[in-house]
Amino acid sequence: MGRLINRRPGRGGQLLLGALPFILLAAAYLMASDARLAVNPNDKLLPSLQSFADAIDRLAFQPDPRKGTYILWDDTLASLLRLGLGLTVATGIGLVCGIAIGLLPLARSAFAPVVAVLSVVPPLAVLPVLFIVFGLGELAKVTLIVIGVTPFMVRDLSMSVAGLPREQLVKAQTLGASTWQIVTRVVLPQTLPRLISALRLSLGPAWLFLISSEAIAATEGLGYRIFLVRRYLAMDVILPYVAWITLLAFVLDWLLRRLSRRAFAWQSGEAAL
Amino acid sequence: MSLISVRNLSLAYGDFMVLERVNLEIEAQAFCSVVGASGCGKSSFLRLLLSEERPSGGEIRLDGAPLADEPQADRGVVFQRYSVFPHLTVMENVILPMELAGSGFCGRFFGARRRRAMAEAEHLLERVGLTQARNAYPQTLSGGMQQRLAIAQALIPKPKVLLLDEPFGALDPGTRQRMHEIILSLWEEEKMTIFMVTHDLQEGFKLGTRLLVFDKLRWDPQAPEAYGATITYDLPIDRRRSLPPELPEELAAEADRFNRKSNQKPYRNEGPFNAVQ
Repeated sequence: MGRLINRRPGRGGQLLLGALPFILLAAAYLMASDARLAVNPNDKLLPSLQSFADAIDRLAFQPDPRKGTYILWDDTLASLLRLGLGLTVATGIGLVCGIAIGLLPLARSAFAPVVAVLSVVPPLAVLPVLFIVFGLGELAKVTLIVIGVTPFMVRDLSMSVAGLPREQLVKAQTLGASTWQIVTRVVLPQTLPRLISALRLSLGPAWLFLISSEAIAATEGLGYRIFLVRRYLAMDVILPYVAWITLLAFVLDWLLRRLSRRAFAWQSGEAAL
Repeated sequence: MSLISVRNLSLAYGDFMVLERVNLEIEAQAFCSVVGASGCGKSSFLRLLLSEERPSGGEIRLDGAPLADEPQADRGVVFQRYSVFPHLTVMENVILPMELAGSGFCGRFFGARRRRAMAEAEHLLERVGLTQARNAYPQTLSGGMQQRLAIAQALIPKPKVLLLDEPFGALDPGTRQRMHEIILSLWEEEKMTIFMVTHDLQEGFKLGTRLLVFDKLRWDPQAPEAYGATITYDLPIDRRRSLPPELPEELAAEADRFNRKSNQKPYRNEGPFNAVQ
């Protein structure tokens, strides 16, 4: 076992090695924070753990003195609603257009070129257009997520549908299936797992578009809050918010992965990853 | 009158002639084996029979009427691979054709109707030895079991002719033997007409009541694509399940070539359900 490529960690070793970077990052932060606070106790750039705890307590567990509601939960609810609405619409369009383009030659000829062009338009570049057309309300933010995510979904799903073996479609026809029956009994059930994985891959961009649009025009939301308190250099709020967003994103991804494994038992282990 | 009649059929892709001047009459309840070197057009001929492709010239008639121009339930098919639906269990795969025929919008049966369909399918599953695997997904079945499932599924709509496209090509020799027995007994019981493309000449002789060989009659070395293949041998086989005492010399050489080729096929692992067979 002399070569490095053959040395593998045990179970404990794996955990330890995985945790090591986190521990190092935390330690580096704490040392730097301590050093700065020793020089200037009012330093705002690298707050201590105590100020984090205070900020979290203030935002999550004390009602806001002006509105009487809890700011963190308000922000979370507003952001998740926008994200959920945007992703739902994008997924619906993606599924319908993806199956149509992947399965029907007529739809492919008509829509594949326009989807290919739309998918390279940078979504943030059309954000001003959305604000002009839809105003500064919810619609513009949800539309940005839809515009940002849908072309990818359509392309991914249409490719997956087009990749179904020709034999399956011929066989279904020899069993007497109509186009509608082929869609509902053969294509759709086999596309759903791919839909979930496309959704998982879209979560990252969706968060990006959400936070960008909230940063520009909003009255609540996780992205709004971060950009609001940036004016006061309130790192004690920004960093917990970033950690919270990360946690939410991670949990969503995990839930979708579990759903995919549970719901599509017919897939092989490899495809379900 | 013959069940399938092919008149002066030709197929060309641009200048590339695949098939030309194919004439054939297949009587009902025949078991027709088709052999030929790879690229000789035998699979193209099968695709024409399926209406997956349109002929460039000539016509195919089934039961006296011209073929519908898309695949229909009057012609069943089993491919070498991908013939069953991976997202349905064995039982769901078999009742699917009944559901498609009986429920236009949903394509699905519920409650008593579903139970009736399953009871009906049970006999066929037993026939192909898949009763115990009823609730398994195809992914977990061996290659032989998947093919048996595909055959059972293809028989449900009661097609006039069953088309087999190298159905046993990916199976190991032992499994292939058992598949031969099953297909022969199904053929006898159901009084089917079968049209089987194979690359294994022995298999063609063993199963068929008639053997067709596709090859090119004319060959231009300067333009190999100029001439298409046609049926060069059409042998009735009287003594089924045994090889004829002597093969025509060319056929023997061809058989040799096929067998060498098929020996190079990678061994296929039959998976955990071997014991069930």
